[in-house]
Amino acid sequence: MWFDRLVQGAIDTLLMVGVSSLIALLVGIPLAVFLVTSDKGGIYQAPALNRVLGAFVNLFRSIPFLILMVALIPFTRLIVGTTYGVWAAVVPLTIAATPFFARIAEVSLREVDHGLIEAAQAMGCRRRHIIWHVLLPEALPGIVGGFTITLVTMINSSAMAGAIGAGGLGDIAYRYGYQRFDTQIMLTVIVLLVVLVAVIQLGGDRLARGLNKR
Amino acid sequence: MTAANAQQRDQGTPPRTAEQTELHPHLNRAHVRFINLGKTYDGSVHALQGIDLAIQRGEVFGIIGRSGAGKSSLIRTINRLEQPSSGRVLIDQVDIGEFDEDRLVALRRRIGMIFQHFNLMSAKTVWQNVELPLKVAGVPKLQREQKVRELLELVGLKDKHKAYPAQLSGGQKQRVGIARSLVHDPEILLCDEATSALDPETTQSILGLLREINQRLGLTIVLITHEMAVIREICDRVVVLEHGRIVEQGPVWQVFGDPQHAVSKTLLAPLQHGLPEELQSRLQATPASADAALVLRLQFTGSATDEPDLAALFGALGGRVRLLQGGVERIQGHALGQLLLAVNGSPHEAETLRSRAGNWAQHVEVLGYVV
Repeated sequence: MWFDRLVQGAIDTLLMVGVSSLIALLVGIPLAVFLVTSDKGGIYQAPALNRVLGAFVNLFRSIPFLILMVALIPFTRLIVGTTYGVWAAVVPLTIAATPFFARIAEVSLREVDHGLIEAAQAMGCRRRHIIWHVLLPEALPGIVGGFTITLVTMINSSAMAGAIGAGGLGDIAYRYGYQRFDTQIMLTVIVLLVVLVAVIQLGGDRLARGLNKR
Repeated sequence: MTAANAQQRDQGTPPRTAEQTELHPHLNRAHVRFINLGKTYDGSVHALQGIDLAIQRGEVFGIIGRSGAGKSSLIRTINRLEQPSSGRVLIDQVDIGEFDEDRLVALRRRIGMIFQHFNLMSAKTVWQNVELPLKVAGVPKLQREQKVRELLELVGLKDKHKAYPAQLSGGQKQRVGIARSLVHDPEILLCDEATSALDPETTQSILGLLREINQRLGLTIVLITHEMAVIREICDRVVVLEHGRIVEQGPVWQVFGDPQHAVSKTLLAPLQHGLPEELQSRLQATPASADAALVLRLQFTGSATDEPDLAALFGALGGRVRLLQGGVERIQGHALGQLLLAVNGSPHEAETLRSRAGNWAQHVEVLGYVV
């Protein structure tokens, strides 16, 4: 019985983290590319727009997840029709994860040597070529590393979401461990989370190392 | 370049001096031309001012200057990595100032560029690096493969095509850079301090490769450097930049043989044989005794192509002539060098000796006397 519950919790956690991180990946990379290329001296220079978007990203980055989640309840209801369950948690998780990941990816993109961009221009690359053939491949190891951090952070946040009814391992730990003092379940959840985080971290590090040819 | 080539060029088109450049009819055939070019940063820092220059098709043209002299800015205006603030850049008589992205991309494919720090994509193999310019130009795979193979062969890196740049030495990286810059069969190659990060031996091999490319493919090479040795090695003509202005220009043998501007002299100093220190300390302004020897410095500036006839020279000086130091080298078929001679027991006065030596050398200087 409690074993099924744990399995369900693990699946819910993976689902929440997986879906929100995937969206964060798909939205965050273009966002990061925009933040880098629209900056002063960038290939799509647009400083005003860059500042506005940067401020937006910072705004969402600075709100603690617990508060963001509560503040977003009306918005969540609008999107998924409910404020309870896995899909309801995906909304605030995504909104927290996207700017978080975008900032990390942005740092990796900024670290790409300006000389490479210059070389690409000199060889007759168009701007989209520079993004696709230079910026992204060169920053890829850093982006993979950043995505690993995002996944781990989202596991952390999903546990918090669990506390207000999203389900998942965090929910189980909260209800059984905190409210019913069931130490055994609490410890099992902790072990599960540690294993999950370790697997993600190791996998991410490995991949990033494999991609890094420097 | 070979002596024959130099000979041909001397009789051919290249203008010699700034004044001649202005009058030269072949100006209209210049490959790259700068007209009153200026570049200002932040409204007040003048990186380039009033640059007028014509670079001929097929020549190796050097731009030298100290760091911050504006070399980098100048070379980058040719493929518009740098946007000039004023003046014009003409390539084949076409003003590139108003090019939109399409025309600029087309122009840049006609101009290769190599860099001091190579600027190779670290995430791509040697093959992929060389292939990239073709790929973004939409060249079909088969043609790309053929071209990349051909160029890797040219630069001698055929067996390294699977390696990543991090696995290569500096010289090999620059060879990849050269291969990459040539895939579009450019007519101009820009070299931005291409050998400054390399050791002397590798520098020689890279310069050799550039010279070979210049001759075999007939492309115009524009290079910037702060090393006079690089200019001497491969350039036909040179300009000296200082504070964003041209302070001297001419054929390499001329600028080397007889530098006019203080900056050129400073840049040349490491290549010239100064007075040996030991001799310097013994040098006196007036003869200390009757048998003191007069020290003459004879400079050959290359305007005559003959090496000095030493027997005739010594005979004209008379007395006992000792060679303190000397050397003659050849640049573009011109003999350049200097002789330090100590003369004693000559029947002639110092002034007469000076003028007599003047029949063999362009510049003669009395340095003093040694015992």
